Amino acid sequence: MRIEEWRPGARLEALHARAAMLADLRRYFAAAGVLEVETPLACSSAGTDPALQPLRARYAGPVFPQGTDLYLQTSPEFGMKRLLAAGAGSIYQICKAFRNGEAGRLHNPEFSILEWYRPGFGLAEMMDEVGAIARLALDQPELESVYESYAGLFRSVLGIDVFDSSAEQLQALAVRHHVLGAEGMELERDGWLDLLMSHLIQPKLGPDRLCFVTDYPSSQAALARLNPDGRTAARFELFFSGIELANGYHELVEPDEQAQRFEADNCRRRGHGLPPIKVDRLLLGAMQHGLPDCSGVAVGLDRLLMLRLGESDIDRVLSFSLQRC
Amino acid sequence: MATYSTNEFRGGLKLLLDGDPCTIIENEFVKPGKGQAFNRVKIRNLKTGRVLEKTFRSGESVEAADVIDRDLQFLYSDGEFWHFMDNDSFEQCQADATAMGDAVKWIKEEDSCMVVLWNGAPIAVEAPNFVTLEITETDPGLKGDTSGGGGKPATLETGAVVRVPLFIQSGEKIKVDTRTGAYVSRVKDE
Repeated sequence: MRIEEWRPGARLEALHARAAMLADLRRYFAAAGVLEVETPLACSSAGTDPALQPLRARYAGPVFPQGTDLYLQTSPEFGMKRLLAAGAGSIYQICKAFRNGEAGRLHNPEFSILEWYRPGFGLAEMMDEVGAIARLALDQPELESVYESYAGLFRSVLGIDVFDSSAEQLQALAVRHHVLGAEGMELERDGWLDLLMSHLIQPKLGPDRLCFVTDYPSSQAALARLNPDGRTAARFELFFSGIELANGYHELVEPDEQAQRFEADNCRRRGHGLPPIKVDRLLLGAMQHGLPDCSGVAVGLDRLLMLRLGESDIDRVLSFSLQRC
Repeated sequence: MATYSTNEFRGGLKLLLDGDPCTIIENEFVKPGKGQAFNRVKIRNLKTGRVLEKTFRSGESVEAADVIDRDLQFLYSDGEFWHFMDNDSFEQCQADATAMGDAVKWIKEEDSCMVVLWNGAPIAVEAPNFVTLEITETDPGLKGDTSGGGGKPATLETGAVVRVPLFIQSGEKIKVDTRTGAYVSRVKDE
């Protein structure tokens, strides 16, 4: 064993900063009349997004004497939507989320998430509140917000029309912008958009302002409803200092379309050699009962804390990251 | 053919890229919350010394390069090649001028060098950080100047030219930092 390997990655000051940040957030939501809730982290089903891999656990005992597989949630979204359908009103949760295969300077497979839902809110009101939460968590009350559409960014930074570019054209663009490795890479169209976004656009976003990116292409709608234009989704993300901090939707409430997206995701998962995920019938049941018109957002708390403290590695704000746990 | 998956990437790992052996300097995992994961890797080409940044799709596999670092003793140069020997196995190998790089300026026979071997052949040679070399030629300094201020060029037995203090004379031995090419101190024969 390496000497002092037992020690936390975070300094004690970072533990205090985290506690202060969490207290500020809970105070904000209490004052705003948003109810704190808990939903299970280990569930019989999980999100089907092909880009997210849940960790698995095994339970055996009363109720499941033969044992059953449980997924550790990649976010508490489904449980919280079932509470919304049951009439819980505005709710928030601060919990751990789990994503298999993700570890690095900005990633840890187990991380802290703040997720909340606002019945009656459209995306404009939701982004206003996310801005307030980010300023509070970053302890920078004066921080301004800017809003850029996904297509607008691709037009101004890369000079292309995202809706009218093929995978081959996007690849050629990456090569022209000297992304070494792009020349021999095989990706789907959305994969190329991810590469261009993460390598060439994202580093420029929000060096001193909160940058909200809005109107993602419908192919990246995830769990957001589509906009009336049919080619964009009511989805936004928040970036600050080039780092992705939050993802929000004007939530899809149609159970049939939700079921279709689950199936389409699982179809893509099979195509990529990934195991399909058991579709969440309980979420679909809740949506059939009726999910209120609402917006929701998930925020990465560890990254907010990194930015608040000027740290460049997530290990420095976690007590024990993957290498230490 | 040995390969590494991007999950095995870390500093120091040796890869074969476009036919050249490379070493990973830095590996960064890049992933949008809802999107494709990539590894952005800073890499040094071990043949050219050039540093570049390359992106891999996470999960991809990359061919490994058979590269090892060895401490070898410099035997002699025949003008075209520099010959080295492994003092444990007595195996010998030869490095060309490209592999030698700056090391030719600093090493003399019997010096021990770090040699990078690719498929058993030297592709880079690093001189020891500090070497002791004799001055073959330098202008006589001003009498009585022992301050070390100012300086003058001096040619060493290997042909390299370094700046030395004025009081240093031809025939003396000096210690040189090979990383900067700077004079460190005078060395008295025991």
